[in-house]
Amino acid sequence: MIEAVGLTKRYGDKTAVHNLSFQVRPGAVTGFLGPNGSGKSTTMRMILGLDNPTAGHVTISGHPYRQLPNAPRHVGALLDAKAVHGGRSARNHLLSLAQLSGIPARRVDEVLGVVGLQEVAGKRSKGFSLGMGQRLGIAAALLGDPQVLLFDEPVNGLDPEGILWVRNLMKALAAEGRTVFVSSHLMSEMALTADHLIVIGRGQLLADMSVTDFISANSADFARVRTPGTEPQAREKLTSALTEAGGHVMPEQDGALRVTGLPLPRISDIAHEAGVRLWELSPHQASLEEAYMRMTQGVVDYRSTDDQKAGLHQVPPPGAGPAVPVPGQGQPGWYAPPPPQQGGPLFAPPPGPYGAPQPNPYAQPAPQGQGPGQPAAAPVTADRTEPEDPR
Amino acid sequence: MSMAATQVVRSEWTKIRSVASTVWTLGLAVVVTLALGMLIAALSKNEYDTMDERDRLAFDPTFTSFAGMSLGQLAMIVFGVLVVANEYSSGMIRTSLAAVPRRGTFLFSKVAVATLLALVVSMVTSFAAFFLGQAMLGHLKASIGDAGVLRAVIGGGLYMTLITMFSMGVAAMLRSPMLSLGILMPFFFLISNILGSVDATEKVGRFLPDQAGSKIMQVVPPLDDDTPYGPWGGLGILALWVVAALLGGYLVLKRRDA
Repeated sequence: MIEAVGLTKRYGDKTAVHNLSFQVRPGAVTGFLGPNGSGKSTTMRMILGLDNPTAGHVTISGHPYRQLPNAPRHVGALLDAKAVHGGRSARNHLLSLAQLSGIPARRVDEVLGVVGLQEVAGKRSKGFSLGMGQRLGIAAALLGDPQVLLFDEPVNGLDPEGILWVRNLMKALAAEGRTVFVSSHLMSEMALTADHLIVIGRGQLLADMSVTDFISANSADFARVRTPGTEPQAREKLTSALTEAGGHVMPEQDGALRVTGLPLPRISDIAHEAGVRLWELSPHQASLEEAYMRMTQGVVDYRSTDDQKAGLHQVPPPGAGPAVPVPGQGQPGWYAPPPPQQGGPLFAPPPGPYGAPQPNPYAQPAPQGQGPGQPAAAPVTADRTEPEDPR
Repeated sequence: MSMAATQVVRSEWTKIRSVASTVWTLGLAVVVTLALGMLIAALSKNEYDTMDERDRLAFDPTFTSFAGMSLGQLAMIVFGVLVVANEYSSGMIRTSLAAVPRRGTFLFSKVAVATLLALVVSMVTSFAAFFLGQAMLGHLKASIGDAGVLRAVIGGGLYMTLITMFSMGVAAMLRSPMLSLGILMPFFFLISNILGSVDATEKVGRFLPDQAGSKIMQVVPPLDDDTPYGPWGGLGILALWVVAALLGGYLVLKRRDA
C-alpha cells in the first residue's frame, strides 16, 4: 500500500507536483498516467525517498521510505533503465544490489533467467539495447521478492514480445497480492495491464478510478450515421428527428453524425420515418486513448508545432501557396470532442468546423451527462477550457 | 559494524572490483610513481657531483625517491573521483539510495572500501618507490633503518591514501566526475605549486592539503626551513582537509535530492 497525502514538489518557481493525494492498493496493477513532464517520475522518486517533498508526505506500508525497515526487501523499483554503470556486467550489477540487501547470490541468476538475460549476464551493460536495459532494471526490481513494486515506463524500448511479457508479469505480481504501481504515457498499454488508473497532468490529479469506470465514463458506444453529402438539409432533418427521439447527436468533422442513446435499428427506423436516406450506419466505440488525450489535452507541457521548414525551401512556384488550414483539423493538440453523453460546456466543440449557423444542441449541459468520472476530474476544470498552453 | 553496513561494504567491494577503471587508475598510480621516482633518483645521483655544499647538505635521498608521487597522486585522485562520482554520472545513485535509504551508511561504506584498497596500493607503492629509488641512488642511498626513514615511507603510503579520500569527499560534494577532476587536477598539479613557490602566498600555500601532507615524507629538512608544523602535524592538516571534504560530501548527499 502506497499512500500519498498532499504531495507537492517545487523546483525553484516551477511546480512539478501539486497537492497530489492517492492510494495504491495491494493485489492490483495501478497505472500511473500522464503526459511527458507531468510529474510521474518526480512522484516516483518521492515515493522512494530520493527527492524530499516540498510539502505533504508519502508512505509505503505506513512508513516513509527512508524509515522503512529493510526497504530493499520490501520495495523493488525500476526508475531508469540506463541508470547502471556501463562498464559493469549485468551479473555484477545485480550482485552488488543483492549484497546490499543481504540477498543470496544465487537469486541473481534466478532473476536473470526470469528476464531472459542469462546469455549476456557476463557482458558489460554498456552494449545493451534499451530493451535489454529495461529487462536488467526489471530484474533489479524483482531481486528482493518485494511486496511493493514500482516501474517507471517499463515497456519503453521493448519489442512486442517483451511488452506482452511485462504485461503478464505485472498481472502475475498483482495476482500474488503485491502492490504494483506502473507509470506510462500510453493509455492503450495501461488499458490492457492496469486494474486501476491514476491520471495526472501538470502535477495535479485528473482522475483516480478503476479502469472499468474509466471505460464506462469515457468510451461510450456510439453510432456513426452518414447522410448523402449532397443534401445538407437531410442531415439537419435527421439531427432534429434523432434529438426528438431522445438521442444525442454530434456532428463530426467530415459531415457524419455521432449518435448515442439510440440503438442502431431505432436510428434506421427514425431515418426511414423522416424520409432521409443513409449512406452509413455503423457501430463504434470511442477509444480509451482518445478519452485520455481529451482529458490531458489542456495539460500537455511539450507539444509539437508544425514543421514549417522555413528557409529550407526555394520560393514556391506561383499558385502553389500554402494550403489554407481547415479549422480543427490537422492542428496540434486538438482531439475529437467526446461522445455526446459526456456533453456540457466543458466539452463544447471549438467553434468553426461545423459552421456558425448550425444550432448546437449541446450548448446546454446534458442532465444525464454525469459519468462516474466527472467528480474526480473536477480539479482541472479551469485548465481544460484553455487547450493552449498559457505560458 | 551493523548488519546493514556489512552488506553495503560487500556490495561496494563488488562494485569497485567489477569496473575496469579501478585497475587502470590504481595500476597507473603505481607505475607512474615508481618509474618517475627511479628516473629522478638516477638523475639526482648524477647531479649530486655538481651540487654546491648547501645543496648537498639538504639532499634528501628518501624524499627524492618519492618524486614520482606528485604525478602518481593524480591517478589516485582520478580513482577516488570515479568511485564516488560515477554513481551520479551513470544514475546508479538512485538505485543505490533506493536500496540503502540511510545515506550516511552508503557514503561511508563506499569511502571505507575504496580507502582500504587505496591504502594497500599506496603502502606497497611507497615501499617499492623507496627501495627502487635507493637502488638507483647508489652510494647516496638511505637505509630503512636510518632515523625518520621508516616514518617517511609509511607516511608516503598514508599521504597517497589521504589524498584519495580527499578527492572522494570533493566528488561527493560536486557530484560530477568532470567537474571534480576539472577542479582537483589543476589544483594539485599547478595551483598548489604556484602558491607554494611565491613568497607572498607561501605561508598560505603550505597549509594546502598536498603541501602540508607531503611534509611527512621528508627526512632531511630544507636548510632555511621555517615550517610551523612537523611531519605528523603536516599529515594532521591533510587529515583535517579530508574530514572537511567528507563531511561536506555527506551533508550534500543527505540534504539534496538524488
